Amino acid sequence: MSTAVAGASRGRAPAWLVVLRKDLRLELRTLETVPAMILFSLAIFVIFHFGLGRQSVAGQEAAGILVVTLLFASMLAVNRLFVAEREQGGFEGFLLAPVDRSALLLAKASALFLFMAALEVIAVPGFALLLLGPPLGRVLGPLVAVLALADGAVAVIGTLVSAIAVQTRARDLIGPIVGLPLQIPALIAAARALGPLLVRHGSTSPPGEWLLVLALYDLLFALVAYAVFDFLLED
Amino acid sequence: MPVIANPYSRARRRVPPATAESLSPIINPYSRGLRQLALITAVALLVAYALVFFYAPLDANQGFVQKIFYIHVPLAIVSLCGYVLGGICAIGYLRSGDRRWDMRSYCAIHMALVFSIAGLLAGSIWAKASWGHWWVWQEPTLVSYLIVILLFATYQPLRFSIEDPERQARYASVFAITAGAFVPLNFIVVRLATAYVHPRVLNLEGGAMPGPMKLTFYIALVAIALLFATLMKYEMSAKFMRMQTKRLRRQLEGEDVDAPRRRTAVPSS
Repeated sequence: MSTAVAGASRGRAPAWLVVLRKDLRLELRTLETVPAMILFSLAIFVIFHFGLGRQSVAGQEAAGILVVTLLFASMLAVNRLFVAEREQGGFEGFLLAPVDRSALLLAKASALFLFMAALEVIAVPGFALLLLGPPLGRVLGPLVAVLALADGAVAVIGTLVSAIAVQTRARDLIGPIVGLPLQIPALIAAARALGPLLVRHGSTSPPGEWLLVLALYDLLFALVAYAVFDFLLED
Repeated sequence: MPVIANPYSRARRRVPPATAESLSPIINPYSRGLRQLALITAVALLVAYALVFFYAPLDANQGFVQKIFYIHVPLAIVSLCGYVLGGICAIGYLRSGDRRWDMRSYCAIHMALVFSIAGLLAGSIWAKASWGHWWVWQEPTLVSYLIVILLFATYQPLRFSIEDPERQARYASVFAITAGAFVPLNFIVVRLATAYVHPRVLNLEGGAMPGPMKLTFYIALVAIALLFATLMKYEMSAKFMRMQTKRLRRQLEGEDVDAPRRRTAVPSS
């Protein structure tokens, strides 16, 4: 990326890294998003326990519950992702800076990815403790791989949808109703990839075809987002 | 109570003098060839469905019910192409900034939504008649169809919640491009996720149809595509005329041209 090169040549961090650092510092100081996502996911696990009337779940069912919970929790972050930029003039500041606009996409998608990773560090052990029947330690590696790819889809699509929704009147509504259908294929692939892993004495390697589908989905939407994101900032 | 006379409003109420621009006849760029297209469409639909009922052979397994295939599948194919067309027109808008591309994109997506809901209903009826259920999760086409409809159903609410017409067009175009790319991807993923594809559908779509059936199907497909084109053109033409009527009315009533407009999801200039 040209800005990254330009920034590095002057001995400064590239623009996207600066924005990302700003977002992470903001989150560390206010603790607005990630704790809310964690509480939300734990509450959903409790709801699933009572809704399904089960002591523990396994297999495809467990994969579905985990992925759906993480997806719903991601909606909280997606709704908040650009709010500070809109309310406190961050968009204007960014547009005035002589940097490539894609830097904002990269920064926000990275922030969302890190928020999801932070959520999963707590929520996945919480899930194993509260609901999951089979032990998790055996499949930790493949589980992390699948969740990382799923987080990629959440990050890319969530950033794009959030940037659209934040400029609308009903942004809290537009974000989820546009974002959820776009995430369905990623959800299908992630749930199918996790299903065989969460069976007692089941497979320890995830189905390759679904990992491939997830990776392709991430890649294609990253390209689409890269192509159209600039137009969302043109004001 | 004293009547407040606003000296400024009176001046503004005065009908502006007729200018050459306001008196020139309105040329609707969208209506060119609409009548011919409508006639061709009517003929094509008549021929196609005459063939469906009198020429195409009855299906050995399903009998008469299978005829809904000639409605359901063309509707599905044409509406999916309509969504992708909406995305392509949106690319045109973002590249050129010409509002007519936004109008095309809007009408393509609007018509595709109408066609796909009709296609979904036809598919559901077919599923009930041949498999005994209104909804079949094993049919990947139906399921992906539903997801696509759920996504595109948010297009109008999205437009409606953005007031500034220019920003509305731009954001709607970004949505249309993303969603247009989503359509084929979604179909691939849902098809992969469905372990069991009903063989009958595979047969019909996979070119295992007997000759007369295939011919009838292709003619029905062309007829439905023409219907889509006619309705889309008609909608664009009606939207354009309504816009012009509004503009003339505003001019006649002497309202300030910059007066706040009613919020709308429809492209406006």
